[in-house]
Amino acid sequence: MLAPGNELVIGVRDLVSGFGDTTVLDGVSLDVTRGEILGCVGASGIGKSVLLRTIVGLLPRRSGRITVFGEDPARLGARARRALERRWGVLFQQGALFSSLTALQNVQFPMREHLSLSRRLMDEVAVAKLEMVGLDASVCDKIPSELSGGMIKRVALARALALDPEIVFLDEPTAGLDPIGAAEFDTLIKTLQQTLGLTVFMVTHDLDSLHAVCDRIAVLADRRVITVGPMSAMLASDHPWIRSYFRGVRSRVGEPVRVA
Amino acid sequence: MSDRLLDLSVTDGRLALAAAGSWTADRAGELERLVETAVRRARGVSAVEIRMGGVERLDTFGAWLLERLVRTLRTDGRTAAVLDLPERWRALVDVAHAVNRTPIPRRRFNPLADALARLGETVVGLVRDLLLIVQMFGELTVVALRTALRPWTFRFTSTVHHLDRVGWRAVPVILLMTFLIGCIIAQQGLFHFRRFGVETYVVDMVGILVLREIGVLMVAIMVAGRSGSAYTAELGSMKMREETDALRTMGFDPLEVLVLPRVVALVIALPALTFVGSMAALYGAGLVAWLYGGMSPDIFLSRLHDAISIDDFAVGMIKAPFMALVIGAVASVEGLEVKGSTESLGLHTTASVVKSIFLMIGLDGLFAMFFATIGM
Repeated sequence: MLAPGNELVIGVRDLVSGFGDTTVLDGVSLDVTRGEILGCVGASGIGKSVLLRTIVGLLPRRSGRITVFGEDPARLGARARRALERRWGVLFQQGALFSSLTALQNVQFPMREHLSLSRRLMDEVAVAKLEMVGLDASVCDKIPSELSGGMIKRVALARALALDPEIVFLDEPTAGLDPIGAAEFDTLIKTLQQTLGLTVFMVTHDLDSLHAVCDRIAVLADRRVITVGPMSAMLASDHPWIRSYFRGVRSRVGEPVRVA
Repeated sequence: MSDRLLDLSVTDGRLALAAAGSWTADRAGELERLVETAVRRARGVSAVEIRMGGVERLDTFGAWLLERLVRTLRTDGRTAAVLDLPERWRALVDVAHAVNRTPIPRRRFNPLADALARLGETVVGLVRDLLLIVQMFGELTVVALRTALRPWTFRFTSTVHHLDRVGWRAVPVILLMTFLIGCIIAQQGLFHFRRFGVETYVVDMVGILVLREIGVLMVAIMVAGRSGSAYTAELGSMKMREETDALRTMGFDPLEVLVLPRVVALVIALPALTFVGSMAALYGAGLVAWLYGGMSPDIFLSRLHDAISIDDFAVGMIKAPFMALVIGAVASVEGLEVKGSTESLGLHTTASVVKSIFLMIGLDGLFAMFFATIGM
């Protein structure tokens, strides 16, 4: 499944996960290689976010193996785990900005906790991050409740990138944004991925995002990953769910059906 | 050599900087100091060249520090050249070149002005709160009158549901709390009155205190904490999720559908709970007087009969529905004032309890003066 020479960054093997009595994921296997953007799709409630949250260790798993940079996060000691967590950033669906801190302080929070830097450098790098995600210095002293939905997502992305991680996890990055904002965000993700050499794992419902930025797409159905491949493979697939997802009324490829 | 991030050497009036190792977040603190040293050393020279060929890793921190170095040197009037930059970092260095062009705006901080501003805001807020509560009373009166003229529009099921929640289900906790308060007052009274040999007056004290003041006040405070906060939280979350707006667009008045049944339930429940609570307090006092003070229940009851009049009981019971109105009005005002965010919901729920307790105590003072004047 892997192209030769591509370094494995995230490896998931036979993962079983769920809440209480319900098993959400049963036997999920998935590989993410360095420098790619992998989009994870699936019906609502199928467990895309559960997969993301299990990989980053927010949800316990019942069985299976997860490796990130070749190490299993669950088996690491506290110190090694912190070191590992520094190498990834997570963008949550609602942004999850700390509501009592300003935008600048939100971005500085990981730096403050993990690094010992001068205040000047932290200010400068945090502003640089905010500018890299397309904001300007005027948002610095605003608190999250003073920001619009799109700005919150951008600040949250800047926070996820605060320590220059190697992987970013994005949970529905374009949900709740208007098409223009969503397209800008897609471009931003692509640009940042190229500039910073990021590996991106993103959960999404946005067909445009999948077209625009994803190198490969993993489809989650029946509690497992049923197929992984580039967009062309998705469009060629005969699986009924994949057909209706990628070639349905709302996609703009295949047979376009006009909705008045 | 990868441990040296930046090597400095001066030749022929030129400063040559050789960068090496990982220019990343982990070593950014160290790198910043090196960059500052380089800037100082550059004071004596006219040209600086920075060779980036030896750098193994570069991230935003490193790219920014390189940019800061170059920018500072150029502002100081030196010529600075970056050489041998590996092609893969070109994009990142270009990004760093574009950022931090405008200074960070800072909110100005003036302690005196801030303190004055806060004071002013508090006063304005207080006046506004009072007006809102008065307005709520007005609107509730209008809604109540309208409902009285068309009784079939009254939400009876909803009222019974709330009555069950704020009244019936509150009985155990109210009973326990007031029983304990009765016990404590009696015990304290016995302990201190014993020194004067007037233990029997404990009965007078307990009877008057409980029936006139403690019974209604304690129960009302408990209800404000238990049900007032719940009302605010419910109405607030309905406001947040636009449920109240949905009601309006369907032609319903949220006050009539949501607020009136809740307030009516409180106005019925609070006097009932006050009665139950007062009885429990008297029972507790009697028990302590018997077990701790050695006063038999017969004597306690006959003393109580002499000590209190129906007026004492009436004073407490008359106050109860007014307390309920205060709790209901404040809880509704605060609930409907909730804005979009969850922090706002938390703030208003807290404010609801604090304000209704404060207003109830104020109201109790007014009642005390009123009843004293009319000789009750």
